[in-house]
Amino acid sequence: MAMKLVARGVSYAYVPGQLVLHGVDLTVERGDLVFLLGANGSGKTTLLECLCGIRSPIEGEVLLGEQRLSALPPRERAKWVAYVPQFAETAFAYTVEEMVLFGRAPHVGPFGQPSRADLEKALHALDLVGLDGLRGRPMNALSGGEKRLVLIARALAQEAPFLLLDEPDAHLDPANQHRVLSVIRALVKEGLGVVATTHNPNSALLYGDEAVLLRAGKVLARGQPSCALTAEALAEAYGIPFRVLWDGQGPPAVLPRTDSP
Amino acid sequence: MRAKGKGAERTSWPLRRAGITLLLGLLPLPLILGSLLLGRKGLSPSEVWASLFGGEVSETARALVLRVRLPRILAASLVGVNLAVSGAAFQGIFRNPLVESRILGVSSGAALGAALAMVLRSGPAGVQTCAFLGGLLAAGLAILLGSAFGGGILVLVLSGVLVSSFFSSLVSLVKYFADPYVQLPGITFWLMGGISSVLWRDVMPLAVASSLGVVGLFLLRWRLNLLTLSEAEAQALGLPVRRLRFFVIALGTLLTAAAVSVSGVVGWIGLIVPHAARALVGPDHLFLIPASAGLGAAILLLFDNIARTALPTEIPLDILTGLIGVPVFFLLFMRQIRKGGGWR
Repeated sequence: MAMKLVARGVSYAYVPGQLVLHGVDLTVERGDLVFLLGANGSGKTTLLECLCGIRSPIEGEVLLGEQRLSALPPRERAKWVAYVPQFAETAFAYTVEEMVLFGRAPHVGPFGQPSRADLEKALHALDLVGLDGLRGRPMNALSGGEKRLVLIARALAQEAPFLLLDEPDAHLDPANQHRVLSVIRALVKEGLGVVATTHNPNSALLYGDEAVLLRAGKVLARGQPSCALTAEALAEAYGIPFRVLWDGQGPPAVLPRTDSP
Repeated sequence: MRAKGKGAERTSWPLRRAGITLLLGLLPLPLILGSLLLGRKGLSPSEVWASLFGGEVSETARALVLRVRLPRILAASLVGVNLAVSGAAFQGIFRNPLVESRILGVSSGAALGAALAMVLRSGPAGVQTCAFLGGLLAAGLAILLGSAFGGGILVLVLSGVLVSSFFSSLVSLVKYFADPYVQLPGITFWLMGGISSVLWRDVMPLAVASSLGVVGLFLLRWRLNLLTLSEAEAQALGLPVRRLRFFVIALGTLLTAAAVSVSGVVGWIGLIVPHAARALVGPDHLFLIPASAGLGAAILLLFDNIARTALPTEIPLDILTGLIGVPVFFLLFMRQIRKGGGWR
């Protein structure tokens, strides 16, 4: 089904009068991986939370196909859009299996309990991220990369076509960054639509179909990552000079400039 | 938390967990029967059996078992169930293992209700009713105050603390004006907790509240698991977080207020029992609720047995739970940490 998740002219303010998003447009289709970049405080996470419907824009709207996302009941909404936070914030040591089963919440009634079929879906999701061996392990005994993958599996168990990830590559070593991002890439190939925030332009250059660069709540540049993330655009977004490296094959990479003050 | 097991141990965990839960859930039954034998007047097992299930026994023995010991023992068990289960639920939704059943000021409110009723010279039934209503009033105020400030978890805890200290001051005010020879000792003893002089009339409303609260929370068991996630995560999973939280708080408050109105202020059970239960069966409320209920009933029953038999006079419950319970659980706590399991 060709369905899009669209932010149209979205504005948001935590404190009245102080906008953190100014009329942002963003579209993600199934089979698309969109990276959201911008300095700390530029509005990435707020936009992500508007897109997943846990915040309502004060102006503009988020559309799921033709339908306003805010008009859907929460359970229905969660069947379409899943959210992967940066950290698993439980106060108690649930097992990996229990944590992934939580993703079945929109499919289980208020007094219900996940069924055998739900368990199978959860285990399948765990299999997709390559963690099927860890199902009985308590969450607090996992490494950072494993935790991130469990959260992705939880979102997959939700069976929503759109996945929103908050900094999936943060706090991970290069191997784990690659592991997590290539799992995401593979899921996009299967037809998921994904929006991910990141602080690493190279993640967007390597894995993304599109990059959206925010500055102070406005879109500064957008498009195919190697076209949108130019040295000039990055310099304007982060306030320091950058240079683009390209070895003639594969995508380019960017680094901050250290030669000029 | 249970020890990070090896492969074999992990596969048997679901079975072991179900077994432990069943054991803990049934634990109060033999204890209840055993407790009927205890008391200042010695009764033989056959006398107790005959009183309960019909048979040749003296009228005094039958009256002692059915009118005095049984209601008190059932009341003690139910108070334990209520405090432990509401403690488990509150720890879950406040996402904090240090929270306990009295977090929203229920016991200060109940104390105020009870103190007022005593000053106004109403009978024991009046004291129980006023304590119950006082508890509900305090928690209601805490919830109102919390939602006026946005309804987040932190403000809710803060308003609970505020309401609690405000009502405690009101209790002191009532004590200050109470008759120091007749009323003040009554209020002071009530505040130290105890289940003496419980009649069937007092047990019935407690039993109704316990069933409502425990069944309600057990129905929400899996939703309770989800509420231990951060608010944003739970919302993203499609949960009406605020509404669910309100239901859980309402049920937990019902349980706590009903318990406190019968037992007076009994600390510690609503904090430690859910901890111990979680260490034994894990954080899934499907197991945690029955395990907490059984353990809570068993422990409170044991303490109440000591309270009514150890000395010629009643020992207030709150003193026992503190003096015996805290050191015992400190030892358990240390053992758990030494085993490398941690404690959550």
